[in-house]
Amino acid sequence: MTSRSIVALRGIGKRFSSGLTALESIDLDIGQGEFLSLIGPSGCGKTTLLRIIAGLAEPSEGERRLALATVTGERARAGRVGFVFQDPTLMPWGTVVDNVLLPFRIAGRVGSTERERVGAEIRAVGLAGFERTYPRQLSGGMRMRVSIARALVTDPDLLLLDEPFAALDEITRMALNEDLLQLWESRRTTVVFVTHSVFESVYLSTRIAVMTARPGRIAADLPVELPQPRERALRTSPGYTTICATLSNELARAMSA
Amino acid sequence: MRATQSARCGRIAAPLAVGAAILVLWEAVVRVESVPPYILPGPLAIAESLWTDGPSLLGSLLVTLRVTLAALAAAAILGGMIAVLFSLSRIIELSLFPYAVILQVTPIVAIAPLIIIWVREPFLALLVCAWIVAFFPIVANTTVGLNSADRNLLALFQLYGASPVQVLRYLRLPTALPYFLAGLRISGGLALIGAVVAEFVAGTGGAETGLAFRILEAGYRLAIPRLFAALFLLSLTGIVIYLVLDGLSRVSLRHWHESALEEEEE
Repeated sequence: MTSRSIVALRGIGKRFSSGLTALESIDLDIGQGEFLSLIGPSGCGKTTLLRIIAGLAEPSEGERRLALATVTGERARAGRVGFVFQDPTLMPWGTVVDNVLLPFRIAGRVGSTERERVGAEIRAVGLAGFERTYPRQLSGGMRMRVSIARALVTDPDLLLLDEPFAALDEITRMALNEDLLQLWESRRTTVVFVTHSVFESVYLSTRIAVMTARPGRIAADLPVELPQPRERALRTSPGYTTICATLSNELARAMSA
Repeated sequence: MRATQSARCGRIAAPLAVGAAILVLWEAVVRVESVPPYILPGPLAIAESLWTDGPSLLGSLLVTLRVTLAALAAAAILGGMIAVLFSLSRIIELSLFPYAVILQVTPIVAIAPLIIIWVREPFLALLVCAWIVAFFPIVANTTVGLNSADRNLLALFQLYGASPVQVLRYLRLPTALPYFLAGLRISGGLALIGAVVAEFVAGTGGAETGLAFRILEAGYRLAIPRLFAALFLLSLTGIVIYLVLDGLSRVSLRHWHESALEEEEE
């Protein structure tokens, strides 16, 4: 591993009280600036793993370490990790600004600097002019953009996305893929991206971890050696299709294992 | 466009037409069958009584309305506070909720005499009776609302290190607002019923007489048109309270809640 590792998981296991083993002996290092996709069949514990990385769930065994830029105590860590859920998870009673401002509001810092930051982030995800709009007036894709802006507004060291585009139509999904790539390329935030889609994961990631189902284990760990910045033309290039084929095979193996 | 307009007209015109038809029929039956007014007065006789006794009935209405509104305000404030307390502590909710239910299911008519004996001050006694009837829907609804915050939003608040007070203020309270307002709409009508029932039991209750006592009194004196006039004022009051609370609910939720949205703008 050339770059500094920002997430280190050692022997992570998770059993639920129902007796279901969701995860088993997961070892994973995620380097700074990586775009890692977690891919696997439904119910393989991808979401559970993501929640453990975020600190939203405790592992039953094993150790999780985060090496964030400014880690001193739980309070200070607030805002260093951004999380995007499968649903946009917006507060329906708040405008776009209110929603993106939420992390600062919780931190007790709502000054002109923060408001400027919020405005810039809303523009960065392409929602200029929608600042005073309520979520119900936005399309599904636009709501997801608000959710991404909220996750990025604190300039986190680690961005976790849990199948964020699964509920969107193909066209919106492609557009959001492009925008996410652009945001990542300009900031190099470390990203962990949970997905079902082979094509999406290859297009976006620098590295892909394939997971098996019940219990969830990491079956394969593939680097994606494709040129950067990624461009639309890549989707039809031979290199891209080769990696997609390799990944599909790994996925098939993981599912039959 | 035209369809929605005619639907809007129909919503007001149709019930009005039905009401007018019933009134005409009522008057006709009373006249044709020459029903004596102490059995069933016609709408015209009631209107006449409403005109002549109006000022004194309005005075009584004001007395009843004061009790009703005070009880509703107390139910909203105390009910809301009890619900917040319940949401903050599961053990408090578990230990107190059954008693709230007991208070709710005990018929107010049965306990009103006791309350009137215990609470000397008549206004306060009526207020307590009306409050007991009105507070439960607010507590029950608001408690459900406070506990239905989105799980992922709760996780997000946890991720950003929010304190319990922040979770309450920025997440649970806004989530609970539609539930609270729905409870308030039910309680508005119940507070009026509670006030009327308490007045029935309490009698004159001091120097001022409420509308309920006027109904009793009119019944004893066989002044049935006046009884109907008082009844009419009472129903009208109930309707106005409902409409005001419904309007309040619509205004405060207009930006985001399904219940308050206009027809889909496309």
